[in-house]
Amino acid sequence: MAQIMLWEAIQRAHDEEMARDPLVICMGEDIGVAGGTYKATKGLYEKYGPLRVMDTPISEGGFTGLGIGASFLGVRPIIEIMSVNFAWLAMDQMFNSAAKIRYMSGGQLEAPCVFRSAGGAAHQLGAQHSARMEKVFMGIAGLRVVTPSNPKQAYGLLKSAIRCNDPVFINEHELMYNMKGEVPDAEYFMPLEGSEIARSGTDVTLFGYNISVHWCLKAAEILDKQYNISAEVVDLYSLSPLDRAGIKQSVSKTHRVVIAEEDEAPVGVGSEVIAIINEECFFELDAAPVRVHSALVPQPYNHTLEKAAIPDHEDVVKAVLKIFGRG
Amino acid sequence: MKNEDKKRVLREMVLHRRFEERCYQAYIERKIGGFLHLYPGQEACCNGVMEAARPGHDYVITGYRDHVHAIKCGSDPKEVMAELYGKETGSSKGRGGSMHIFDAANRFMGGYALVGGPFPLAAGIAKAIQLKGGDEIAICFLGDAANNQGVFHETLNMAALWNLPVLFVCENNRYGIGTSIERSTAVVHQHKRVAAYNIEASECDGQDIEVVYEHARQAVDHVRSGKGPYFLELMTYRYRGHSMSDSRGYRTREEEELWKQRDPIYILRDRLIEAKEMTMADYEAIEKETDAYIENEVIKFAEESPEPRVEDLEKYVFADRESQKPWLTGNAA
Repeated sequence: MAQIMLWEAIQRAHDEEMARDPLVICMGEDIGVAGGTYKATKGLYEKYGPLRVMDTPISEGGFTGLGIGASFLGVRPIIEIMSVNFAWLAMDQMFNSAAKIRYMSGGQLEAPCVFRSAGGAAHQLGAQHSARMEKVFMGIAGLRVVTPSNPKQAYGLLKSAIRCNDPVFINEHELMYNMKGEVPDAEYFMPLEGSEIARSGTDVTLFGYNISVHWCLKAAEILDKQYNISAEVVDLYSLSPLDRAGIKQSVSKTHRVVIAEEDEAPVGVGSEVIAIINEECFFELDAAPVRVHSALVPQPYNHTLEKAAIPDHEDVVKAVLKIFGRG
Repeated sequence: MKNEDKKRVLREMVLHRRFEERCYQAYIERKIGGFLHLYPGQEACCNGVMEAARPGHDYVITGYRDHVHAIKCGSDPKEVMAELYGKETGSSKGRGGSMHIFDAANRFMGGYALVGGPFPLAAGIAKAIQLKGGDEIAICFLGDAANNQGVFHETLNMAALWNLPVLFVCENNRYGIGTSIERSTAVVHQHKRVAAYNIEASECDGQDIEVVYEHARQAVDHVRSGKGPYFLELMTYRYRGHSMSDSRGYRTREEEELWKQRDPIYILRDRLIEAKEMTMADYEAIEKETDAYIENEVIKFAEESPEPRVEDLEKYVFADRESQKPWLTGNAA
């Protein structure tokens, strides 16, 4: 097992798959000669050349469509959108072409593409560079959505996504690229469906995804040490589809729920998890599920306002204590 | 074009015309639903270009006015009509409809509803051809109005930058849905716009198939020989409306009559008759045989084919689950 950074894990997955299959290519802005904004494609240009590591013009709609069209002939493109905020420009092709092609062609064509993009709030990047957009990609028939919370997931999910014949959107987080974590030395494919129990517990379930998994883990530590509350942390790394069985299993065990997310509340992961709980295990609840989420504002530039807009582990602790009528 | 080919293509164009006109009737009879975009008037465009290319070998993509392109690539008219009837035996198993005809075996890559959507897909297909090292080319047929989408410009830039083997055929029928090109586009002659991307282009009369063929030969050769993209603009006209729900109030009947004088089928027919290669009686026989074929085989097949099963509603959303298990649920090697 090696301790590597999340960007290295992504780079490793690229390298292994490109070495194995000459039809695996990657494309995006600055991914080649410049080595990638987040170094996720570092060294690949020198190794595989410009035909397979494509520095694209700033044309998200065009190059996304181009990658999708190539995938109709069996090319497997890993298409990087530099920031998820720019992905709006690519969504016509992602949703109307890639996600729907298998169905509307009656199974004749498929689009085995991977779309990767960095989302989440960094530091004072303002309204057009700070969006959390996981929910925008969820619930589109024909498109899979996953989001890694650590280097092992970043590596394993990308490996599976490249092999899978369905289009997959991988939502990474801007602040997590230098996060260190253990990644198996041997090849590892993470299931694109499912959830992971990041910490086992009995009194309350804390659902999170990408960065909020870490708020939940921190909160669980505090709840355990200071309040004697045992929290189970469930990592919802698969967002489309959400892990109904995993959600039901944990809720049936703990009977109390907090969903923590950096996204804003409306029409989001929290809403979906609560709807699924209603459908799968409503009567297991001892209290109403609670969402911890960002304020519904375009992200402010000012440092204090920005901090006020986004929750953290303390908000998760407060939410749990409120459920228990304590603190 | 050799005389045997001209006679063959005349037959094909008659089939294409009569097929489309029969669709019109079927739509009125409510056998076909949704949106229906018909091709009459533009037959020389698709036929002229594909005669210069290799149907079934080159990859063809277009928008929603796609029935004739599919049939020219080799699709069985019975399967296309069955698709329009929404039947399980349709080319897209009834899931696509008129705007989403697909035929992977004949390399007809669809069939898309959003104007301009196929542009980058065509460039991507060309990229794949380039990567895999084949002698095929990608051919994208779209209308003049599609050139106002941003993605047209993004695609041309990349196609030129990367020397992609893609032929863009602009069927300039002078209208984008219900608005004339003069009222929507600063430059009416589309081929002038691609000069901005250093792409070779030409324009010609889209109603005379022999003219189209000669220009298409040059265009296809350019692309197939590795010289990069080419843009061929064909000046043409659609006799029917944009779709069935179009009373054509934005065009004059005089203008329509003028263009009917330049019917691509009659131009070729009259040329063959003048060259004593056929008689008017021969032509009328072709029309009769074609109508009989369409009625007795194509329509009959569509009518008698089964509907898709409701139990199969969720089929084709994702790849077959069994084959994807290692990546979906684990246990991969």
